[in-house]
Amino acid sequence: MRIVLSIATDALAYGMVLFIISIGLSIMMGLMRVVNLAHGAFAMIGGYLASYAIRDLNAPYGLAILIAVIGAIVVSIPFEALLYRRIYRKSDPLIQVLMTIGITFVIIGVVNYIFGPSLKSIPLPNALSGPLDIGFRMVPTHRVFVIACGLITALLLWLLIEKTEFGIKLRASVDHSDMADALGIRTEIIYAVTFALAIGLGAFGGVVGAEILPIEPFYALRYMVTFLVVVSVGGAGSITGALSASLLLGLADTTGKYLAPEFGEFFFYLTVIIIVFLFPRGLFGRSHA
Amino acid sequence: MTRRATTVSALAILCLASGVAAADTIKVGVIGTMSGPYALFGKNFKMGIDAWVAENGTKVGGHDVEFIYRDEESPNPAKSKAIAQELIVKDKVQYLAGAYFTPNAMAIAPLLEESKTPLVVMNAATSSIVEKSPYIVRTSFTMWQNTVPAAKTATKNGAKKVAIAVSDYGPGIDAEAAFKKTFEADGGAVVEAIRIPLATTDFSPIMQRIKNSGADTIFTFLPSGPPTLGFVKAYLDNGLKVAGVKLMSTGDVVTEPDLPNIGDPGIGILSTYHYSVSHASPENASFLAQIKKGGGNVDEVTMTSVAAYDGARLIYKMIEATAGQRDPVKAIAAVKDMTWVSPRGPVSIDPATRHIRQNVYLREVAKVDGKLINREIQTFDAQPDWALSKE
Repeated sequence: MRIVLSIATDALAYGMVLFIISIGLSIMMGLMRVVNLAHGAFAMIGGYLASYAIRDLNAPYGLAILIAVIGAIVVSIPFEALLYRRIYRKSDPLIQVLMTIGITFVIIGVVNYIFGPSLKSIPLPNALSGPLDIGFRMVPTHRVFVIACGLITALLLWLLIEKTEFGIKLRASVDHSDMADALGIRTEIIYAVTFALAIGLGAFGGVVGAEILPIEPFYALRYMVTFLVVVSVGGAGSITGALSASLLLGLADTTGKYLAPEFGEFFFYLTVIIIVFLFPRGLFGRSHA
Repeated sequence: MTRRATTVSALAILCLASGVAAADTIKVGVIGTMSGPYALFGKNFKMGIDAWVAENGTKVGGHDVEFIYRDEESPNPAKSKAIAQELIVKDKVQYLAGAYFTPNAMAIAPLLEESKTPLVVMNAATSSIVEKSPYIVRTSFTMWQNTVPAAKTATKNGAKKVAIAVSDYGPGIDAEAAFKKTFEADGGAVVEAIRIPLATTDFSPIMQRIKNSGADTIFTFLPSGPPTLGFVKAYLDNGLKVAGVKLMSTGDVVTEPDLPNIGDPGIGILSTYHYSVSHASPENASFLAQIKKGGGNVDEVTMTSVAAYDGARLIYKMIEATAGQRDPVKAIAAVKDMTWVSPRGPVSIDPATRHIRQNVYLREVAKVDGKLINREIQTFDAQPDWALSKE
C-alpha cells in the first residue's frame, strides 16, 4: 500500500507538469489547428527567464514566474503577428511543421548563444525546497506545489472556457469559425489571445516543472515528443483529455521507472500505443468536419 | 634542441630538394560534445587543449599543429564513426582525440588500425576501450579506477547495506561491477542494484525504491551533465539525507560547475575522483591561470579539460617522436611509459594497458570562502585501472 501511494504521488506530480505544459499545445491544436512544434521552445524560454530573474536579478520565486510568463508571451508576439497568423486553420500540415520546427531551431540557437549550453537551475524559495513529510513518505515540497499548480490551472481554464464570455466566443470560433466571424466575433483577436494564453501556460509549466524536466537548450526538442503524445492521447483541444492523458501517462511512466527502471520509456510508449489503438482520436477528441 | 633543429632543417631542405612541400601542417581531429546537453564537457576539451597550446606553441619540431573540432553531440556511435571517417579521409588528420562517451569511442576504434591513426581518449571511461585497438591511449580515468577507492571508503565508513544506482550503459555497468566486487570482498552486502536509462530526468521513483530497500548507503554513477544534478536533488528532496542514508559517488556526480546548483544541502557528499578543480598544487594553479588568461571561465572547468590538456601533451610528444610522419607504432611507443606531473597530481601511462595511472582522491563537498568545492581529504596513490591491470 505504501508503495502504491508512493508511486501515485510521484505520478501525480509528473502528470501535472505534463498537463500544464501540454494544455497550451492542445488548445492551439484544437482551436487554430496549428501543430506548434515550437511550444516546447516557448516553455523553455519561460524557464530561462525565471532562472535569470532569480539568479541574476534576485527576484522572488513568484515574481520570477510572472516575469517568465509575461516575457515568453512578449517574445512570442512577433512570431504570432508575422508567422503564426498566416497558418491558422488553413495551411497544410507540412508547412506548419516546417515553420514551427524552424522556429524551434532558431530559439535553441539563440538561447544557447545567450545563456550557454549548461543546465540552468531555477532556485526554489526555502518554503518550497527540501523534503515534506506527508505521512506515508517524504516528498519534495516542490512536488506538492506542482500538483496544486496543476489542479488550479485545470480549474481556472475550465471556468474560463465554460463560464465566461470569452469562453463562449472561443468555443464558437472553434466550432464554426466562419459563422462566428459573420456574427461579429473578432476571431483574429480570439486567436491572438488564445495564442498568448497557450504560450503563457507553456512558460508557466516550463518554470514549475523545471525540477522534473530540467532547463537546457535542447529542452525544446527533448520533451516535445512527450508533449505531443499527451495531446494526441488526450485529444486536441480538450482540457479533460489533456488532464487525463497527462495523469495516465505520468502513472505509466512512474510505475515503470519504479518497478523496472531498466525498461526505460517502454511502459510510457506501450500505454500510448494501447490508448491510440483503442481511441484513434484520443481519449476525449472529437472529429472536425 | 639545436641538434634537433639542425636535423629538422636538414630534413626540410631534403624535402624541398625532392620537390615535396615542406611547410606541413599536422592535423589533429578532436571529437567532443560541442553542443547539446553535454556541451560543457566539449568546451572543456577545447579549454584544456588551448591552454596546452598557449603554453607550448603551435609548432612541434617545425611542424604546425592544427586542432580540428567536431561535434559528437550525444551517445551516438553511428554519427561519431562518420565524423571520424570524415576527419581521416577528408581532413587527413594524423591523430584523433576526444570522445566523451564510451559508445562513441568504441565506434571510432575499428578505424584506427586501418588508417594508422592513434586516438587519445580524453574522457570515455569504460575499461575495455583501450583493448579495442593498440593505437589507443587514454588520459582520462576509468570507472574501475575511481570506484574501487569508493567501495573501500564505504566499508571504512561503516556501510553494511548498499544500494547501487548507475546509468545503464558501459561505464555504469563497469561502476556497478567494480563497486560490487570490492564491497562484497570486504564483507558488505549489495541490497539493490538499479540500472537507470540514460535519458532519465526524474529520479524520484528511484529514490523511493532505494529507500524501501533499507540500504544505509547509496553508490551512484551517472555521466556528468543534466542527470547528475537531478539525481542529487532527488536524493536530498526525497528525504534520504535526512533519514541518514549516505551518498557515495564518483566525482562525475558532483562536478564543480554543478555545485552551485546543488547548493548548501549538498555539503558533506563524498566522492572519489582523479581531479578536483580545487586541487592544491603549483601545476594546477598555473593550469587554471592559463585557462583564465585564454578567456576561459574557471567556474566551468571540469575533469575533461585536464584530460585534454594532458592529451595534448601526449600528442605533442608523439609528433615529436615521429618527426611529423604517420607512424602510429612509433608514436604509441613514445608515450606508453611517460611520466609527468599533471594539474591533477603525479601521473604516468601504464605501458601494459596504455591507460593513465593516477592518484584518486576522496573528497567531500565543502564550503570554503563562500564557494562550494570538492575538498580532498584522502589520497589513494597511483591507482591503476583495476579491471585491466594484473596487479
